Amino acid sequence: MGLAERILQGDIRAAARLMRDVDDGFASASEELKKLYPHTGKAYLVGITGPPGAGKSTLVDQITAAYRKLGKRVGIVAVDPTSPFTGGAILGDRIRMNRHADDEGVFIRSLATRGCLGGISRSTGDVVNVMDAMGMDVIIIETVGVGQDEIDIVRMAHTTTVVMVPGLGDDIQAIKAGILEIADVFVVNKADRDGADRTVRELSAMLEMGERRNGDWLPKVMRTEASRGVGIEELVAEYENHRNYLFSSGAIERFTNEKNSAILSEMLKERLFRKVYDRILADGTYGEIVSGMATRSVDPYSAVDSIIAGHLFSIPEVSE
Amino acid sequence: MTERKLRVLVGKPGLDGHDRGAKVVARAFRDAGLEVIYTGLHQTPEQIVAAAIQEDVDCIGLSILSGAHNTLLPKVCELLKEKSAEDIAVFCGGVIPEDDIPGLKSSGIKEVFTPGTSTEDIVAWVKENIHG
Repeated sequence: MGLAERILQGDIRAAARLMRDVDDGFASASEELKKLYPHTGKAYLVGITGPPGAGKSTLVDQITAAYRKLGKRVGIVAVDPTSPFTGGAILGDRIRMNRHADDEGVFIRSLATRGCLGGISRSTGDVVNVMDAMGMDVIIIETVGVGQDEIDIVRMAHTTTVVMVPGLGDDIQAIKAGILEIADVFVVNKADRDGADRTVRELSAMLEMGERRNGDWLPKVMRTEASRGVGIEELVAEYENHRNYLFSSGAIERFTNEKNSAILSEMLKERLFRKVYDRILADGTYGEIVSGMATRSVDPYSAVDSIIAGHLFSIPEVSE
Repeated sequence: MTERKLRVLVGKPGLDGHDRGAKVVARAFRDAGLEVIYTGLHQTPEQIVAAAIQEDVDCIGLSILSGAHNTLLPKVCELLKEKSAEDIAVFCGGVIPEDDIPGLKSSGIKEVFTPGTSTEDIVAWVKENIHG
């Protein structure tokens, strides 16, 4: 029996292995994903992003506990950075949430970014799909600690949570473009600390400045103390509000279409590139162009023109 | 052919709170290009095994300084067997008397690293004995 069939029958090891195959870029993984695809699209996806040390993992742990109380099965994808120098990684998000490890209604997977810069790994979407096919009701995706511009999560999750903590900057930081624009829910965590009121105020002021049409979603600023479980029920209730908004306003259709279009174009880009690249690498064209560029006898603009003219419509198969 | 990235779980079973050794070893694995899933302190054998399975790791490295190694470490191997996951190798490090090593090995622990072992030796052992 293949991995996909085993996963649909509830085999945990098969699921874990397919996630690995996806992450390691095995060609066989896409065959299995094809079989799982019709079984996906049911889970509700919650994204958690914010700077390092804001308490994202602790928050995920508490949100998981809250959803478990409601009887929901929870999948967690937690992303931490890969070393740009050694390719190694320390994936430490489980430290905060491993009390759920032996709960059969929870599946946690740690992923390394492996060079991807948008706050999640290239494999995250497919790993989410595997969890979706496993029958998880809610899937929480925790990004790496982000700065200002790592916003891939917004395309992936139905509800994006931006976690902030007191004391990170003034109100000009709060009106800059980037991650502050992507939140459906803001969380000011460590709300017992000095400056929490000010952070809440500045975020709220920033939100009020924005232009909104009638019926648009207005993100709320929630206060939590994740380490003590304070504010978590309210946060999960707000997720439910946002979910209701998505479905009742019809915004879900736009979200789904944009997401699927991004997935398709990304996949197409990657596959087309690989086909052309593998081909010109194998026949030596690639190397010739690069050495030609060194002496300026070849320019990359004309080289790409000729590659595309020569190969685009009849790309020969490259044997693996 | 695509190559597997080695994944290792580093954890501390039981109740001792001394995690410096575990962190040093985790860091050494990171620098050797491995993906390290670090589960932290106070883990039960059940939590360790569940985490190892969900993370699809190739091996589990356990650090233990409490003296409870003869109870907790064989339990990890037993649970792995129960879940048909005995292909995940278990090794350990910590304050473990010489006399206890044969017993641990016969319970399924692949290697025991005692105090004074260099991180290079541990990394070399993993690279030689663990295959993704």
